Amino acid sequence: MEINKTINSDSVDLMINMGPQHPSTHGVFRLLLNIDGERIIDVKPYIGYLHRGSEKLCENERYAQVITLFDRLDYVANLNMELGFCLAVESLMELDVPDRASYIRVILCELNRIASHLLFYGTYGLDVGAMTPVLYAFREREKIQGFFESITGARMMHNYFRIGGVKGELPGGFGNRLNLLLDEISKGIEECDQLLSKNEMFLARTKNVGVISSSDAVDFGVSGPNLRASGIARDIRISKPYSIYDRFDYGIPVASSGDCWDRYYVRLEEIRQSVKIIKQAMNQMEDGPILAQVRRIPRPPKGEIYFRTESPRGDFGIYLVSDGSDKPYRVKVRAPSFANLQSLQYLLKGAYIADAVTILGSIDIIMGEVDR
Amino acid sequence: MSIADLFNYMSYVFGLFLSLTLIVLLLVWLERKVLARIQMRMGPMRVGFHGALQPIADAIKLISKEDILPAWTDKLVYWFAPIVVFVPAFLLWVTIPFGKNMVIRSLDLGLFFIVAISVLSVLGLIMAGWGSANKYAVLGGLRAAGQLISYEIPLIMAILTIAILHQSLNLVEIVDKQSQIPNIFIQPLGLVLFFIAGLAELGRTPFDIHHAESEVVGGPFVEYSGAHWSVFFLAEYINTFTISILTVLLFLGGWHWPNIPFSGNLQTVLSVFVVLIKTILVVIVIFWIRATYPRLRIDQLMSFGWKMLIPMAFINVTITACIVYYDELPLWILPILSIILLVLGAVIIQRKFSKNITSTIEVISSKSLLKEKSEVNIN
Repeated sequence: MEINKTINSDSVDLMINMGPQHPSTHGVFRLLLNIDGERIIDVKPYIGYLHRGSEKLCENERYAQVITLFDRLDYVANLNMELGFCLAVESLMELDVPDRASYIRVILCELNRIASHLLFYGTYGLDVGAMTPVLYAFREREKIQGFFESITGARMMHNYFRIGGVKGELPGGFGNRLNLLLDEISKGIEECDQLLSKNEMFLARTKNVGVISSSDAVDFGVSGPNLRASGIARDIRISKPYSIYDRFDYGIPVASSGDCWDRYYVRLEEIRQSVKIIKQAMNQMEDGPILAQVRRIPRPPKGEIYFRTESPRGDFGIYLVSDGSDKPYRVKVRAPSFANLQSLQYLLKGAYIADAVTILGSIDIIMGEVDR
Repeated sequence: MSIADLFNYMSYVFGLFLSLTLIVLLLVWLERKVLARIQMRMGPMRVGFHGALQPIADAIKLISKEDILPAWTDKLVYWFAPIVVFVPAFLLWVTIPFGKNMVIRSLDLGLFFIVAISVLSVLGLIMAGWGSANKYAVLGGLRAAGQLISYEIPLIMAILTIAILHQSLNLVEIVDKQSQIPNIFIQPLGLVLFFIAGLAELGRTPFDIHHAESEVVGGPFVEYSGAHWSVFFLAEYINTFTISILTVLLFLGGWHWPNIPFSGNLQTVLSVFVVLIKTILVVIVIFWIRATYPRLRIDQLMSFGWKMLIPMAFINVTITACIVYYDELPLWILPILSIILLVLGAVIIQRKFSKNITSTIEVISSKSLLKEKSEVNIN
């Protein structure tokens, strides 16, 4: 949208500091907005408030210890982060993971994807000013986290995946409880859907707001649900299948217009597809070992690898260099949130202040991952 | 004026203040409970029976907090703003009857007085925004000004239709004239217009943009704390109650419907209960809307006000005036026309939004994508 600046040639634009303590910047993120009335003329995003030097810290830890650091990258989808790192090390070591371990990993990762998208659903409701969705979403998310706790021993920072498998066997009655949980989630999702998705005011706030075309999205390096909302069916689980994702039949939701509502609804649909994956994995899972024969302190051979997985936020890549010792020589993370955030400046120009919140929420960034 | 008179007036003011404060405490508790029930929680449970004393605990906490005066503030404006917001909210109650014969001053220009006084609170919000020396507060204050002024018009128009219909601006008279048929059956459109515009006046969801916590972080109130903040809070809830009781008095028949068979003091007491129960039902509707709807954007709010509400309000006034002026026209035309207009408005809104819903989310099967990919790889 063109903003005619000549009208206000003798006035100064109002400069507003949005964040890092603003309630709807999703963590410690700062936006410097230049506004003219209610319109945003220019925006400068500032990151780095949550920088912990994770990548550098990884170089001083043994491979098994690095997993705990990865938990803290995308702190609402911890298991997906763990999976990425474990798979990278395993493929560097050319290690075969036992089938049962892979199934457990997939089930937990998809559950975590659901939990992450539920968090998005709730906070997005808050962003557009509806206060009930967050409680509906958290009801379901709490169940998932309680489930995680019974398996991994922690609600969020699990440290459950190991190089070559998983930490422990599943608790008794796992199957029944999982089935019950999936039924509850499916029902809860439908309720959430009915509450917000087709609400006229929600549509008015999100439809045709923050539109990004497919070519622009690719240029910005946008990935994951944000990219699929723009009409490109790209998913690492399919374009470069890892673990055992090629054994399942599920759907990839793809929208066409690339606006906020599409980004929102693609995520809601992904929850339903994740439930499908988990059900198939449950049926296919058999008894067996849960950990491959690995040395207690793994030492991958000298070499490097770039491994990509599909985290809830998109294309999560890990570049790992090994010098043959028990510690990684270099770890570089390609964080999907970081890349998705690049499109923000483009999306916010000419938008309303209220839309700034809507758009930022729809991109679904996690600052732990952006700043690392 | 003798000392006894002065004492009398003071007791009125004090009694009114006390009862309004009690009502606000009730509303705060009710809001938290209603919201909690809708959101599948318990709400406050610890202080008193089902948290009944929670608002009192909150009030004590607020009063005992430090009053913070940020640097750069315009001190006079900053400290006066809560008073400017609170006094009009309180003053309105001079002429609002809360039961049969239960009114402090039954003014003949009562509705005019209410309209004139209620506009003043905008000034307080702008003062709070300006005095805080905070950009978010300024934004919120300006938003409030734009919003409240544009929604004042349909509100006044809806009140005007009732005044035309009953040939009176006195609230007691208007209520008494509804003893046969409450206005909701004569003026359904008027009720809807009044209620929506009233919501916007209050700054309640979906029109709470001037203190939207996810955008302007509390708007004009962002810098206030402790007792001064609680004055704003008090005024907000008194206003909520005012709009609800006005809805009841103007449209839902006040203390008539159900008509109270007794007479004397018992009738007066029961009439207060009838009004109170009806008002609380309206208040619960407001809370219900708050729990369900997202917030509108400022341009959407403005266009809804100016393009939908104000034209409809003007048409409504014109129709009512015509029908009242030409005596030979039967009164039942009015509700029919009113309902037709209401349906027309609803259809226009539905049309406008249903355009949006035609969006497709395609779910592509992973197997087909995998197959496609392998074929590409072979080629």
